[in-house]
Amino acid sequence: MTHHESTAVRRLADNLHGWAFIGPAMIIVVGLSIFPAVWSFILSLQKWDGFSEPKLVGTGNYARLVSDQMFWGAVRHTALYTFLFVPASVLAGLLFAVALNRKIRGIGFYRTAIFVPFVASAASTGVLATYLFSPQFGLANDMLRRLGLPPQGWLEDPTQAMLVIAIMSLWGQAAFTTVIYLAALQDVPSELTEAAKIDGAGPWQTFWRIIWPHLSPVTVFVVVWQAIGALQLFDLVYTTTRGGPLDSTKTIVYFLWEKAFRTLEFGYGSAAAYGLFLVTLTITIGIVVYSRRKNLEAF
Amino acid sequence: MVAATLQPTPEQEVVGAPKMPRRRRRLPFSGWHFFLLPTALLFVVPFVQMVVASLSPAKELVQFPRPLLPSHLTLDGFQQLFSTTPALHWLLNSAIVALSAIVAQGILCSLAGYGFARLKFKGRNVSFFFILATIMIPTQVLMVPTYIVFARLGLLDGLGAAIVPWLAGAFGIFLMRQFFLSIPKEMEEAAALDGCSRLQIFFRVVLPLAKPALATLAIFTLLGSWNDLVWPLIAINNEANFTIQLGIANFQGTRRTQWDLLMAANVVATAPLIIFFLAAQRQFIATMTFSGVKG
Repeated sequence: MTHHESTAVRRLADNLHGWAFIGPAMIIVVGLSIFPAVWSFILSLQKWDGFSEPKLVGTGNYARLVSDQMFWGAVRHTALYTFLFVPASVLAGLLFAVALNRKIRGIGFYRTAIFVPFVASAASTGVLATYLFSPQFGLANDMLRRLGLPPQGWLEDPTQAMLVIAIMSLWGQAAFTTVIYLAALQDVPSELTEAAKIDGAGPWQTFWRIIWPHLSPVTVFVVVWQAIGALQLFDLVYTTTRGGPLDSTKTIVYFLWEKAFRTLEFGYGSAAAYGLFLVTLTITIGIVVYSRRKNLEAF
Repeated sequence: MVAATLQPTPEQEVVGAPKMPRRRRRLPFSGWHFFLLPTALLFVVPFVQMVVASLSPAKELVQFPRPLLPSHLTLDGFQQLFSTTPALHWLLNSAIVALSAIVAQGILCSLAGYGFARLKFKGRNVSFFFILATIMIPTQVLMVPTYIVFARLGLLDGLGAAIVPWLAGAFGIFLMRQFFLSIPKEMEEAAALDGCSRLQIFFRVVLPLAKPALATLAIFTLLGSWNDLVWPLIAINNEANFTIQLGIANFQGTRRTQWDLLMAANVVATAPLIIFFLAAQRQFIATMTFSGVKG
């Protein structure tokens, strides 16, 4: 065998080896992500109920989306949830991380208590929300009664339902932002905080002048991450209000789920999904570009 | 500038004032307890309520004002749950789904992660780019086509429908690749000199080193597959093949007044994860941190 041939054979063997290692996982990922993503886009240009012949409608679905009052309602409800949940979860995470980042008695219990709701599923959280915030017999109204305040409708009140959902989301997900901020806090060089202390800075000053600048990249990251999650809210709506009362918690994903799987408008549902994807992408890129301009290296 | 003269800026204060140890009345414990204790209790309340309700007589759960503690404890909720509903079967289904997902992800993602980290072959970079790109694609974009594909393949309604999407994922591949990039090559090279094949090196040398990364992946997969609701909701209509999460979501329509039963179902669905969490808290936190760091 010539030298040239043997390199060619080795190359071939290397390629086969490589693909043998990544092949099985690639099939799953391509088959269940790339391929459906492309198909979904094609579907968004069609009118199809899954049985009859699909009909090409071009941008018709998107045009219909833009003029659909129900869709804009869903956009508003999703925006409301995002503005309730994202700032709250970021602030709560920051506050909890600062509070938990110390060695005091009982810190293990505090940490566990704040972290453990992270394992609760959307279905469980939904049942708990319905129970705790029941207008008839819930703990929330019982507390209000003890404080001499009037009972509330909570999930049955169109003006409060989204708030309750945001509160329960926060309960389940505060652990995430807390853990991220805790890791970031532990990365702040202790020499810096020590030096600030020696220079006579109080804890408040030390935090804002020394620690906070170290946390800004992480803050950009958690804002983006939580916003992406918030824009995709579905589970907790399904397990609490099913979009009600009076559609007040019907989010974009709930809307597209109904279109695709209740009324079998596959094309229209796909257009809504792609619309949401574009909005998510735009917001993400916007925040990333903004943070780059401000020299916050979050990504 | 009156305000400026009246209130020295912090810097001036630091420069000007002689350093006096600030006299404060010290509490015998940290002031943070005043914040942390109520917060921690607030976070535990839903779980406590869940457990108490699951052990309470059903009638007392819908009284208002509700007695703080039930008049007596009863297992009626659990007994009703297991005798009148297929909850036990659903739990088993969930366990099968989670276990299959954990094993498959462990094998397929570490194989792929190793391939991307260590092997040189044609198409590696393009493939890895595709993997990373899928992290950006939200699931709802994929729901409709995946549903149609599963329908065509005759996979709908079976337990397999819940398992297949969990067999491998971009997150796991990325996680394992990062891990393999971080370990030194020397041991693999020594094994290669001893005449081990690639696959032998992978299984005998590399994989045993990867236990921490595999634990992270297992926890991530457990949480995701056990708690998943959207996909089973779309793909499974046959009650015999429900997961426990789907069962609970379904109860909300069919048994919404039986709070003792609902809470008992909630307890059996959540308890396994809570127990895992308490037993391996550090690993869970590492998993959460990594799923954040990957961005």
